Amino acid sequence: MSAQHIAARRPGFMERERLQDFLDVFRLLGYRTLGPVVEEETIQWREVDTIDALPTGVHARQGAGEYRLEEQSDDRLFAWNHGPQAIKPLLFSAEETLWHERLMADGQVDIKQTLPEVKPTAIFGVRACDLAALALQDRHFLSQQNPDPHYRVRREALFLIGVDCAFSAATCFCTSTGDGPSLGEGFDIGMAELDDGYLVWGGSAKGGEIIDGLSLEPATEAQLNSMIQGTDRAAAQQHRFLPGETELKQLYDKLNHGHWDEIGERCLSCGNCTAVCPTCFCYSTDYHRTLDGRSAEMKRQWDSCFSQTHSSMGQFMLRRETALRYRQWLTHKLAGWQEQFGRSGCVGCGRCITWCPVGIDLTQAVAALLDGGLADV
Amino acid sequence: MFDPHLPHSAVIDRRVQESPGIFSLRLQYVDTHVQDIFEFKPGQFNMLSLFGVGEVPISIVSDPDDSHFFDHTIRVAGRVTEALSRLQPGDRVGIRGPFGRGWPMAQAEGQDVVVVTGGLGCAPLVSVIRYLLRRRDRFGDIHILQGVKNEDDLIWRRQYELWSREHGVNVQLAADMPGKAWPWQQGLVTELINTLDLNLEKTVSMLCGPELMMLAAIAQLRDMGLADQQIWLSMERNMQCGFGQCGCCQVGPKFVCKDGPVFCYSEVADFLGAKGF
Repeated sequence: MSAQHIAARRPGFMERERLQDFLDVFRLLGYRTLGPVVEEETIQWREVDTIDALPTGVHARQGAGEYRLEEQSDDRLFAWNHGPQAIKPLLFSAEETLWHERLMADGQVDIKQTLPEVKPTAIFGVRACDLAALALQDRHFLSQQNPDPHYRVRREALFLIGVDCAFSAATCFCTSTGDGPSLGEGFDIGMAELDDGYLVWGGSAKGGEIIDGLSLEPATEAQLNSMIQGTDRAAAQQHRFLPGETELKQLYDKLNHGHWDEIGERCLSCGNCTAVCPTCFCYSTDYHRTLDGRSAEMKRQWDSCFSQTHSSMGQFMLRRETALRYRQWLTHKLAGWQEQFGRSGCVGCGRCITWCPVGIDLTQAVAALLDGGLADV
Repeated sequence: MFDPHLPHSAVIDRRVQESPGIFSLRLQYVDTHVQDIFEFKPGQFNMLSLFGVGEVPISIVSDPDDSHFFDHTIRVAGRVTEALSRLQPGDRVGIRGPFGRGWPMAQAEGQDVVVVTGGLGCAPLVSVIRYLLRRRDRFGDIHILQGVKNEDDLIWRRQYELWSREHGVNVQLAADMPGKAWPWQQGLVTELINTLDLNLEKTVSMLCGPELMMLAAIAQLRDMGLADQQIWLSMERNMQCGFGQCGCCQVGPKFVCKDGPVFCYSEVADFLGAKGF
């Protein structure tokens, strides 16, 4: 963390005991408050009223195809490294109705937009990688020629309370993508968890006002050092990495590399990687008719370049082989995104590694594919 | 705010059965304001939906200057197009669009235009041919080359015969396996290209059809000296949203529905014909 970065934060210190009051501020302001909760042996975003619901001393051990929560003796509430989902499902719903139509008495059809009803929502404990992914999803769903109204209403209702990562999972590699472990931008309030409390600072005008209202003491030199030690430790714990974007573009020169087939032999084409990826945006639409034939709706649901239908045109399937589907995913994510969105689509969260049932590791795949320099192989 | 997912009702003004498997619908938005602001370019497409059935992408074939109506020529190819084929004047469909990038009509001004199509008719280029014929003095020679496998695959024969009578229009058809009554060439569409005397300084070529046919045609055109920037083609992929959001139609870094469906060859050369794209 650079000196400039730290100076810009100008954080105040908040004891851990005051966290409940902090949470209550949002509830008083009319926000629904989401936070990390242990459910199904994972960390998931759930509505939280009290900080007792937060995972005290819970750390997540992650590896290729492995995710285990472990309790340690500390009192930290944000020591875990991300669960299976980032913010994506809260904005780009896994399934939703896009429009609805109804047959009227005169035989004509009435077509109606179906926008979601949303409450202002504050999310506690968002990580730097998730915010970087959110910025990319914003670019895809909002900055295009045709912004998505469904995504937009949910996005505009969001208040984000980020937290620096003081620990890394073994699958994390955000330092090499430049997206973490310390918060960069895109949050309303930033937090850093120390042993006995939190450093908090505003990241937006809205967030700054709330922080001002808390009348916190400025952080001491020792507290600032602890904050830096936290993110330095998280960075030092990372041992996976991706090469730079210029090198990643060369994946398109490796379309005939034998390693695709090796991965194709292992890959189950299950789509877990695309489901947990915080930037994957593919979806398909499905038209549903009610049994009485009086109404129908168009739904969209997450799709995946690993599904059979993704590349299908009528009877013809462009990517029948699993190796081709994996190649589509990796080349698009790491190279294609650069042309489409000005940067790689990977933020280094490592979820695709953790949640792959057979432990396929994209950092290893990239290393194997790019090994041997620039020539086509 | 504008919702690109949401169809608007359009009423069928006229229906024409072009051939046993092909029909055309002339449509008009029910909401006159929506009709007034509807503008498109040749090569762009709409998403057509039918209550109780579903939605399909179909290219627009009418002239962009016709502000009161827009036409779709549709080949019965599946469940939705089959249902659309049974509609009559007065019936309604849902329309979203127009989507995509059209043909380079501005680049084609003052140039000879070579239109190469293959397979079972090619609506995306019908719009171009009509556009050129209606503004005949703004373009040079027009070559319309169509290749089919069997004679019976030429399902819009009457249309080609009409075009061949126009001034400065060279229509050439080839069937790989012609019957006895086939008055045109036997062979592949690439052999038709071979017969052209191209003015390399002022020619734009536009291709539509099966990708293997387009690849062969592109190789032929390049051999004859056309630059990649003079070769344009229309592509087809799995389209769900129509505006570059759902990701299903991607070819390398291109969204076919948004960046295309019309591409300059140089934009897709790395991926065209590559397995898995």
